[in-house]
Amino acid sequence: MKNIWAICKKEIKTYFMSPIAYVIITVFLVLVGFFFYPLIWWFNSQSLQLAKNPYYYQQLNINQMVYSPFFHNMSIILLFMIPLLTMRLFSEEKKRQTDELLFTSPISVNQIIIGKYLASLFVLVVMLLLTGLLSIFTFVFGNPELAPVLNGYLGLFLMGAAFIAIGIFFSSLTENQIVSAILTFGALLLFLILNWTSPSAGGMWKDVLDYLSFFQHFNDLTRGILDTTDLVYYLSFIFLGLFLTHSIIQSRRWR
Amino acid sequence: MIEVEHLTKKYGELVAVKDLSFKVDEGKIWGLLGPNAAGKTTTMRILTGYIPATDGKATVASLDIFEQSNRVKKIIGYLPEVLPLYPEMTVLSFLNFVSEIKQIPSSQKKEAVDKAIGISGLESVRGRLIRNISRGFKQRVGIAQALIHDPQVLIFDEPTQGLDPAQIIETRKLIKSLKGERTILISTHILAEVTQVCDGVVIINEGTLMASGSLEDLTASFKEKEGVAVKLRKEGKEVLSLFGKIPGVARVSLEDDELKIEWAKGKDFRDEITRLIVEKDLGLIEMRPLGIGIEDLYIRIISGDIEQ
Ligand SMILES: Nc1ncnc2c1ncn2[C@@H]1O[C@H](COP(=O)(O)OP(=O)(O)OP(=O)(O)O)[C@@H](O)[C@H]1O
Ligand SMILES: [Mg+2]
Repeated sequence: MKNIWAICKKEIKTYFMSPIAYVIITVFLVLVGFFFYPLIWWFNSQSLQLAKNPYYYQQLNINQMVYSPFFHNMSIILLFMIPLLTMRLFSEEKKRQTDELLFTSPISVNQIIIGKYLASLFVLVVMLLLTGLLSIFTFVFGNPELAPVLNGYLGLFLMGAAFIAIGIFFSSLTENQIVSAILTFGALLLFLILNWTSPSAGGMWKDVLDYLSFFQHFNDLTRGILDTTDLVYYLSFIFLGLFLTHSIIQSRRWR
Repeated sequence: MIEVEHLTKKYGELVAVKDLSFKVDEGKIWGLLGPNAAGKTTTMRILTGYIPATDGKATVASLDIFEQSNRVKKIIGYLPEVLPLYPEMTVLSFLNFVSEIKQIPSSQKKEAVDKAIGISGLESVRGRLIRNISRGFKQRVGIAQALIHDPQVLIFDEPTQGLDPAQIIETRKLIKSLKGERTILISTHILAEVTQVCDGVVIINEGTLMASGSLEDLTASFKEKEGVAVKLRKEGKEVLSLFGKIPGVARVSLEDDELKIEWAKGKDFRDEITRLIVEKDLGLIEMRPLGIGIEDLYIRIISGDIEQ
């Protein structure tokens, strides 16, 4: 546990001592804000228009009209940002040959992987918490339901956590950070659009593709629903990503 | 303290280390000497647990490096060939980090870091970013991180590379001062480094052991034959046979207008030779002992004279 913390602390420090974390967080927030503002504006204008008609006015739902697209937007932006967050994790160590220090120290490969994973997760949490500031605004001036919003955030967090696990895997494959980021981005995008091909695939394959695609799980997420299939889906992605990272690192050294 | 038995490492087809065996006694400084691509770094990486061996066995302090790798890693301090430094950290925060991953209890952390800084002479740069300090100081940070957990065994891969002459002398002094309770293995391709710093040497070439032993033993064993090289004003066949007639002289040969006169170890014919030179008025220009030491051996290895 202490070893994991030592690695994690070092990674967090590196994120925040270099501009990486600040740049990623800032760009993320600017983009999120940029998408959030028109949603609110649209919702506002709709409310004003429909205020005269009590029936339709009742139908207006800030959760559906603002939060659902908001979460959707955020997950897409995350898809762009996470590869940049994870690309350095192992690639940089390998390039600088600092991995020789890590792997000749009395700590296990798993502890190194988990420490690094948790550090990226921390940055993700910071990013999401800061977007929460925008939500405060809606709670002050409107009355959204809290539970779906929290659920949506939880879903977003899990999805980001799965993205990071995939990113850390690709980072262990190459010492080139750019290559690592491109591969991660490609993989994430592929999983996102996997179900586009599912209509042409028949029977079981269609179900498999549908299940594997981020899209399916996205939609639940954006509506603020998180059921066990989604949970299992994200957790298996995380586990698989970390497991494969471990295999890659071991096999590289054992060759 | 360090025992290597029949170690072999293959990178695909390439055999980097071939059936290598040697031993380093406790409290000694041993040099791993060899030209480029000899397999020095590979051997050290195996010993420190960075990469596994293809075949063979090695123990450090009687611990098997493969079976008990975690315990071995705790007692080895390692300075890799490429310094494993994080340029965005300060010297102090880097050493703090290393002390944590080397599992120093937090109560002793500060003390350990301060001690390592003291030994390696880093006080003046402790708060500076590693990115901004000079190469010599970076090398010292590398040494400090190897010392931080007070390991019994130190493995330094080319500790003086990239340093200026003054720093080389200083680093060698530092390494010598670390001897004592510690066992040290340093790699180098400079013979002078071995003769100045080390008690013993392992010479490898293309992954194969060429020679190993303490410096005295090695020098002695190479001097199976002794002899002198003589430069004379007079030359010719008669001169050659003149020395060959001295009873006990094994061989007389002419090489680069120098006479080489050799005899079995333990005897000494220098008096007879001088007498002969004076009697026959051969005109002595120079006479020096023939060195057949590790120096000759190493030069012959590097120049490719000796094949395996
Ligand atoms: N990771 C690797 N993959 C493939 N070949 C390697 C690898 N590392 C080293 N080699 C090869 O193994 C041989 C021994 O290399 P090694 O680095 O151990 O030599 P060295 O004695 O340390 O040389 P130098 O004095 O140049 O540092 C070389 O031919 C090298 O090309
Ligand atoms: Mg080397």
